[in-house]
Amino acid sequence: MKKKFELDADYQPKTFAFKSEAVVNEIINRYPKGRSQSAMMPLLDLAQRQVGEEGAKASPPYGGWIPRAAMDEIARILDLAPMRVYEVATFYSMYNLAPVGKYLLQMCTTTPCWLCGSADIVKVTEKNLGIHVGESTKDGLFTLMEVECLGACANAPMIQVNDDFYEDLTPETMTGLLDNLKKGVVPKAGPQNGRNKAEAVGGSTTLKKVG
Amino acid sequence: MLLEDKDRIFTNLYGHGDAGLKGAQARGDWDNTKDILAKGRDWIIDEMKKSGLRGRGGAGFPTGMKWSFMPKELKDKPHYLVVNADESEPGTCKDREIMRHDPHKLIEGCLIAGFAMQAHHAFIYIRGEFYDEGSEVVKAIEEARAAGLLGKNAAGSGWDFDVTLHRGAGAYICGEETALLESLEGKKGQPRNKPPFPAGAGLYSAPTTINNVESIAVVPTILRRGGAWFAGLGKDEKNTGTKLFCLLGHIGTPCVVEEEMGISLRDLIDQHGGGVRGGWDNLLAVIPGGASCPVIPKSVCDTVLMDFDSLRAVQSGLGTAGVIVMDKSTDIVYAICRLAQFYMHESCGQCTPCREGTGWMWRVMTRMVKGQATIEEIDMLYDVTKEIEGHTICALGDAAAWPIQGLIRHFRPEMERRILDYRKIAKAA
Repeated sequence: MKKKFELDADYQPKTFAFKSEAVVNEIINRYPKGRSQSAMMPLLDLAQRQVGEEGAKASPPYGGWIPRAAMDEIARILDLAPMRVYEVATFYSMYNLAPVGKYLLQMCTTTPCWLCGSADIVKVTEKNLGIHVGESTKDGLFTLMEVECLGACANAPMIQVNDDFYEDLTPETMTGLLDNLKKGVVPKAGPQNGRNKAEAVGGSTTLKKVG
Repeated sequence: MLLEDKDRIFTNLYGHGDAGLKGAQARGDWDNTKDILAKGRDWIIDEMKKSGLRGRGGAGFPTGMKWSFMPKELKDKPHYLVVNADESEPGTCKDREIMRHDPHKLIEGCLIAGFAMQAHHAFIYIRGEFYDEGSEVVKAIEEARAAGLLGKNAAGSGWDFDVTLHRGAGAYICGEETALLESLEGKKGQPRNKPPFPAGAGLYSAPTTINNVESIAVVPTILRRGGAWFAGLGKDEKNTGTKLFCLLGHIGTPCVVEEEMGISLRDLIDQHGGGVRGGWDNLLAVIPGGASCPVIPKSVCDTVLMDFDSLRAVQSGLGTAGVIVMDKSTDIVYAICRLAQFYMHESCGQCTPCREGTGWMWRVMTRMVKGQATIEEIDMLYDVTKEIEGHTICALGDAAAWPIQGLIRHFRPEMERRILDYRKIAKAA
């Protein structure tokens, strides 16, 4: 999937610095004194978002990922051996350790989504973008990933694009979503069939008078 | 008899009302929280025991009893409350609705539960993918702080209390309580050996209690209306109260709905889920409680009730109450095979039976889907699931084994048919 993670690959920048020391300190201070290692995951996330912000303006664009230099910087800030950071960064699936497309498409294909047609969603996406799961488009816009359950099963099938969930998809609405993203338009997240959240289509059977 | 709206706890489940502090207060949250705390720790824990609430995260352990395991005296180490919001069990999407539409129920529950176990600090560990839901919770925490409901002398109770949100990064295993603690400490999410149990040595080796989002979010309402009210709902004294059910799969209107514990599966699907696609007779099977609960065939679904003990009696479980409905068009062997792939992907790699076994089971299951196997291999597969079950540090090994055991228990003829068909085709070629 994606580019292969290598600590010394040529795409790795030599240096990395967090934009705001204040944000880094705010994160560390969320945890009790002497427990700053707990800040590692939020800091990895912060680094990935910072790279993503730069990537959105670059040409060709790219999405958020965590360079080795960022991991080394986090190790320095938290006073840990770099390996402690590498092992955490490689354990969790949301950390991208090599460059990805500006729009990271995470397609849920676990049983609840599969029952509701996720295989068709993957198929139209592959066809539309001309790439397979695990690949990126050459223009730097899209990376396609298959992921495990994202926890929106009552709105299956669904995918995640960067931070947003797009739910209740059909091959048609999926195609529409991709066409919009290609034009730089990010459609409203949530159910794509007009329903409200995880309420039954056509209105709930309960809580009629409340709210 | 369906649950009436007056007995529903999550009155903003679909987000029609304001999720913020004002809206929450209008729905009764944060109403004289101080008075609840003034009744004292023993009263709170006792009332929770009376309510019969069992943990809503899957295992169904009595919540009041869990709290009572915390040390009675604060010694040199602080106590911690950790809320498990790492909702990742396939088929489960209930905590998400609480966090994005009723976050104040959760925050108020944290204060009450934290006070009851003498914790000054709670952590909410949310799965990283729930970005917007996490932001809603952070907003609620900030609102509560600004209103003096959290912080020094929280809600005027004399107890200092604060809540911190911690985002995960995509690992199912972090829903296991000790893996969650490891992750919260900034390490790989690999489960710890027990004992010591978290109540003795949990987060930062300090006494810790870990509860599911739904378990904590129902606490304020239970204490306001009384443990007896909650205990009066449900099937019997061991399966009490209301429960959020996630209805999904091949049904008319998938949704999340709050119902009484012990409602019949058929009523749940017909009354709230819009019925099985093509009618009840088109039902093949249901996974009643999220991916790890063994599948039950239609003959069982006809009469089974949705509560911990009724589902256990039919060799399945209530789990997280994620009801995955499959109609007759479903390739049931592939449906379970895909779950085997899920567990293979999510195994943390610590224990050999799980690390090797989940991959082995998935590879055999992919052959079973096509029938490219022998009849004896079904027995071997069953044996291997039994070798994994109970031989690992955490329950992920068990969770990976159960769906396959359920498949073999109820759909062995279908598996055998595929094997025989495949042979026929192979012979003809």
